Amino acid sequence: MLDVTPTILRASLVNLELVFALLGVGLVIGTAIAVLQVYGGRVASKIAYVYEWIFRSIPALVLIFLFYFGPSKFGLFINAFQAAVLALGLRSSAYQSQIFRGAIEAIPAGQMQAARSMGMGKVRAVVSVILPQAFRLSIAGWTNEFSSVIKDTTLAYAAGFTEILRTARAIYDTRIYLTMPTLLLVAVVFLVFTYAGNRALGLLERRIAIPGLQMPGTVGRMEQT
Amino acid sequence: MSLLKAEGIYKRYGDEEVLKGVSLDVERGQTKVIIGPSGTGKSTLLRCINQLTAPDQGRVWLDGEELTRPHADINALRAQIGFVFQSFNLFSHLTALQNVRIGPRKVRGVRKDEATKLAMEELDRVGLSEKADAYPAQLSGGQQQRVSIARALAMCPKLILFDEPTSALDPELIGEVLEVMISLAKDGMTMLVVSHEMGFARSVADEIVFMEDGVVVEQGTPEKLFRTPEHPRTGEFLRKITELYGETES
Repeated sequence: MLDVTPTILRASLVNLELVFALLGVGLVIGTAIAVLQVYGGRVASKIAYVYEWIFRSIPALVLIFLFYFGPSKFGLFINAFQAAVLALGLRSSAYQSQIFRGAIEAIPAGQMQAARSMGMGKVRAVVSVILPQAFRLSIAGWTNEFSSVIKDTTLAYAAGFTEILRTARAIYDTRIYLTMPTLLLVAVVFLVFTYAGNRALGLLERRIAIPGLQMPGTVGRMEQT
Repeated sequence: MSLLKAEGIYKRYGDEEVLKGVSLDVERGQTKVIIGPSGTGKSTLLRCINQLTAPDQGRVWLDGEELTRPHADINALRAQIGFVFQSFNLFSHLTALQNVRIGPRKVRGVRKDEATKLAMEELDRVGLSEKADAYPAQLSGGQQQRVSIARALAMCPKLILFDEPTSALDPELIGEVLEVMISLAKDGMTMLVVSHEMGFARSVADEIVFMEDGVVVEQGTPEKLFRTPEHPRTGEFLRKITELYGETES
């Protein structure tokens, strides 16, 4: 058992790489979708809602297969890692957009009015005033999304990507007596990842909390004055 | 030429016509106070002036430039008009200094060190330089409102619109905000103020405008409105409001 542990741990780094990449994609696109839904006007917000509906409705595995096999029909070839990042990243962006949309809508309207009244354009006001506050409100919801997608990275296994679960499979295919220990080790790795991720995000939430202010939806101690 | 000129402003929300053709001039260096019963369109008028609320009809000019013309650079024009809100609306994620600095930095493109210097000067002007690093939630209502006045001043505006700046404050905090406004008036800042503070209106205003039901009923010097109002409603309102709020000494 001990001799397979380093192999599993090494493979788990690939899952970490995948989760950071897909969360990055999700963060950027999810923020844009949320902003368009709230401030985009009739047409842009409609398009954003359709995007969110599509990527929240299709199963993750179906998306991975679509992104893995689909582009080759058009002469584009992407590897399993890229397919997984795109499929899971776009899906996550749809979920993240709802976290950010809720947070943006929780910011009092007076904040936008004050920004506009001093001559800021809409984009400048969103970037400088609304999003910095909305991101703080989003951390609790985002922690939940992290816990969900870290586990989804094992779905890349289905596209032939060598990550932790595929590595485990390769181990117990040849040494069947290691099936349960290897799978339990994989489970422990995800327990640790989820715990560490939640803890780190909890620390971040406290670190960037606005002194003296208990924002709606936030948890944890706030600095008192 | 008036610094601010509003002509025939109409605004309707659903079935309710809030403004029914209001016209108003503010001269350079003048302090004009708008008074009137609640729900009479005073705040809506201020918001129609800087186009935070688009009027249904009517035109507004600032220093000869029309804000209401199609394709007006509304952001550039708004940058010249300070706005002080009843509920302060300080940016809660920024310190007092950052709140005052953000306008010069992000709107006027002033360099960071210069913007910081300017922001500190404006905080000093409202007596809050020692609170530069405090966040809004760590300040009292009166202090927040003073920071929001400093934020408006840091934009070097041609005039400042005040929308009931003391209405959300506890009575003991009103005085500190009025003091700042009085000193601004003395410094020659052009101000259009919606307020129930009769003491302030009487002692500081160059002119008082009485609004009711979406129209300007009467306007004139404090002396004229308080002593010899032309319209019976003006006298009635002034008597009632003085009974209710008293005359905060300014």
